[in-house]
Amino acid sequence: MNDNKTLYTITIFSENTVGVLNQITTIFTRRQLNIETLSVSPSAIEGIHKFTITTFTNDEEVMKKLVRLIDKRVDILKAYYNTDEDLVHQELALYKLSTEKVMEHGSIEYFVRKYNVRILEVSVDCVVFLKAGHFDETQGLFEELSSTIGVLQFVRSGRIAITKSKVERLSDMLAKREEQKSLLLATQQI
Amino acid sequence: MERDKQTQPVITPTANKETLSGSEILIRALVAEGVDTVFGYPGGAIMPVFDALYDHKERIKHILVRHEQGAVHAAQGYARVSEKVGVALVTSGPGATNAITGITDAMMDSTPMVVISGQVVSSLLGTDAFQEADVIGVTQPITKWVYQVRRAEDIAWAVSRAFHIAASGRPGPVVLDIAKDAQVNSCDFSYERTTFLRSYQPIPDPEEDKIQMAAEVINSAKKPFALVGQGVILGNAEEELIAFLEKGGIPFGSTILGLSAVPTDHPLNMGMLGMHGNVSPNIKTNECDVLIAIGMRFDDRVTGDLKTYAKQAKVIHFDIDPAELDKNVKTTVKVVGDAKQTLPLVTKQMEQRAHPEWLAEFDTYYQKEYDHIIKKELYPESGEIKMGEVVHKVTEATNNEAICVTDVGQHQMMSTRYFKYTKSRSMVTSGGLGTMGFGLPAGIGAKYGAPDREVCIFVGDGGLQMTMHEFGTIMDYGVNVKIILLNNNFLGMVRQWQELFFDERYSETQMKNPDFIKVADAYGIKGKKVTKREELDDAIKEMLDHDGSYLLEVVVETKGMVYPMVPAGGSISNIMLGNGYSL
Ligand SMILES: Cc1ncc(C[n+]2csc(CCOP(=O)(O)OP(=O)(O)O)c2C)c(N)n1
Repeated sequence: MNDNKTLYTITIFSENTVGVLNQITTIFTRRQLNIETLSVSPSAIEGIHKFTITTFTNDEEVMKKLVRLIDKRVDILKAYYNTDEDLVHQELALYKLSTEKVMEHGSIEYFVRKYNVRILEVSVDCVVFLKAGHFDETQGLFEELSSTIGVLQFVRSGRIAITKSKVERLSDMLAKREEQKSLLLATQQI
Repeated sequence: MERDKQTQPVITPTANKETLSGSEILIRALVAEGVDTVFGYPGGAIMPVFDALYDHKERIKHILVRHEQGAVHAAQGYARVSEKVGVALVTSGPGATNAITGITDAMMDSTPMVVISGQVVSSLLGTDAFQEADVIGVTQPITKWVYQVRRAEDIAWAVSRAFHIAASGRPGPVVLDIAKDAQVNSCDFSYERTTFLRSYQPIPDPEEDKIQMAAEVINSAKKPFALVGQGVILGNAEEELIAFLEKGGIPFGSTILGLSAVPTDHPLNMGMLGMHGNVSPNIKTNECDVLIAIGMRFDDRVTGDLKTYAKQAKVIHFDIDPAELDKNVKTTVKVVGDAKQTLPLVTKQMEQRAHPEWLAEFDTYYQKEYDHIIKKELYPESGEIKMGEVVHKVTEATNNEAICVTDVGQHQMMSTRYFKYTKSRSMVTSGGLGTMGFGLPAGIGAKYGAPDREVCIFVGDGGLQMTMHEFGTIMDYGVNVKIILLNNNFLGMVRQWQELFFDERYSETQMKNPDFIKVADAYGIKGKKVTKREELDDAIKEMLDHDGSYLLEVVVETKGMVYPMVPAGGSISNIMLGNGYSL
């Protein structure tokens, strides 16, 4: 389905107001874009939230338009898109396995080595693995575990990403806005 | 005007803090924003506000409409002619949902408006309380901004933001959904007008290199052509536009909402663009070498098939909204910013030019259109009365100085084609949404927005019946509007499509109508029904001479057609002229 399509990562910074997610998803829906992954959390700057969304499309123009439409919303500070080359990105995955099956299988060490798995929990009933990585990596582990030990529960987070470039676009933007604010105040005082 | 407001001091603190109820705060905040007219309808969840209004009758005039859709359309009409923000006040649940059509219409047509809706008390939110509707959820996609106020403390702040957002940049509707307890509870009041929000830059900074590029491309043009949109009117850039066009010798066409930005008889004015626009501006869009779009958004009713649209031209797009640039048409030069600032910057770098041969080419097409269509529509000698001739007679009788308000359908296209303008802000019509029922209430609002101007409302028999209850508002307040009902006893525009594209199968478009004059009479509105051409002039004179509202019903040909016509989705070079002719 996603043949010839590129995965784009859209980064959005917003004021921390109610209903921003709704505003963003409406724009995806109207533009007939499927959200592949979504992750939201407070950003490094207090009061500002960061959204990381991935979506497939075969046309970069679509991304440009999408980002402009999102940026246009009053509560949005900044929106931009990147492809994987520009980003360091990760997803987290948790795998719950039956302790009994793991014991039967023998070595956990193999998984720790090959997949860089961390073990979060070991109890009589279950063992929980954590793996951070790209989609293919978390997926690869899932497939191998499924065909060997069997996976009781599996969950994967949305992508989180940071750009490789030196500048942080949000702080530049905020600095510029502050400048504009003082200018505005100055002209209004006259 | 909004721009002027922005240069006023940012902070105008009220001297002393006072403790007031949320409703009282709301009213004072509205007054602080310069609001003197509000269109609304009361109900349980907004009663505290109406109660506060009772004490401020001298400062805020409230117009009680007969349906909330009417309140919102009236606020739109008010805003469109007055440069102010329109305000509508409605109750929760059904009051708010009745307002949805007008809010959507204002969003499509970039109309500055603040809609205040009551909401159930905050403790009941989300419980399916009586008359609770998820107004935020419903209106978010159809507004520029929405905010739910749950505390009295937030009212002043929210109103201040709402007006800033509605009026600045590319204007649009804002909804404030105010919970009943926030209206009732008390808190300290002080007011500051908002002029800055860090997440919102209403006017993008002009880009010097783009300004220069635009001027260079225009200077190199042999056959320049401009498209004028409502952005010019919203930005009060009419004079700057005329200076720009005249210096470059650039002929132009207007979008439906751009009409009246430049007077009809300006020598560079080539008429209206789009599906039922004039022939020459449509044809020349596909023949010019440089196409300059100013404050317009390349709506599909203007462009037709994008694959065949202006492919030969370099396109320059002036717009305040970066999201409009490259949205539908790929441009060569994008000039973001406020046209009032960017146009003069470009004009300064332009060379004085004239393009007499190029202009003459437009004349040839105008002549064709005149012979095939305009002459027959405006000056018929026999047969049933035509819509165009009525519009023509009305505009002439008002010295082309009136405000033309329309509903939606054939009469709308005839009005926008044949009404003439000498002043800006003289055309109020539902462009983007095409809302039947818009005309009558928008006309009422327009009269409040421009009390000194004549307001002529053109409606069809279908659309009038969608909001005819607003006759009640006219009666109640003695609103002086002239209503011209062009009655073809058909849902004319749909019938036209049925004739052209559905084999004349007139499915559900013929209407049995009431005696409109009697209906008007019941509301104390004077009226006359005209069926003969000979009676028309006198009737129009009587209508305009009458001191008060008037309904002039003109029975027009049942199966009239609006031509020229670019069929939906077709190329704007393929224009039907009617009677089997095409270009
Ligand atoms: C609310 C709404 N419903 C339906 C339509 C579709 N529509 C567009 S024009 C039209 C016919 C309008 O008929 P009338 O008001 O009699 O005006 P006429 O075209 O005859 O001038 C209809 C039904 C619409 N634009 N708006």
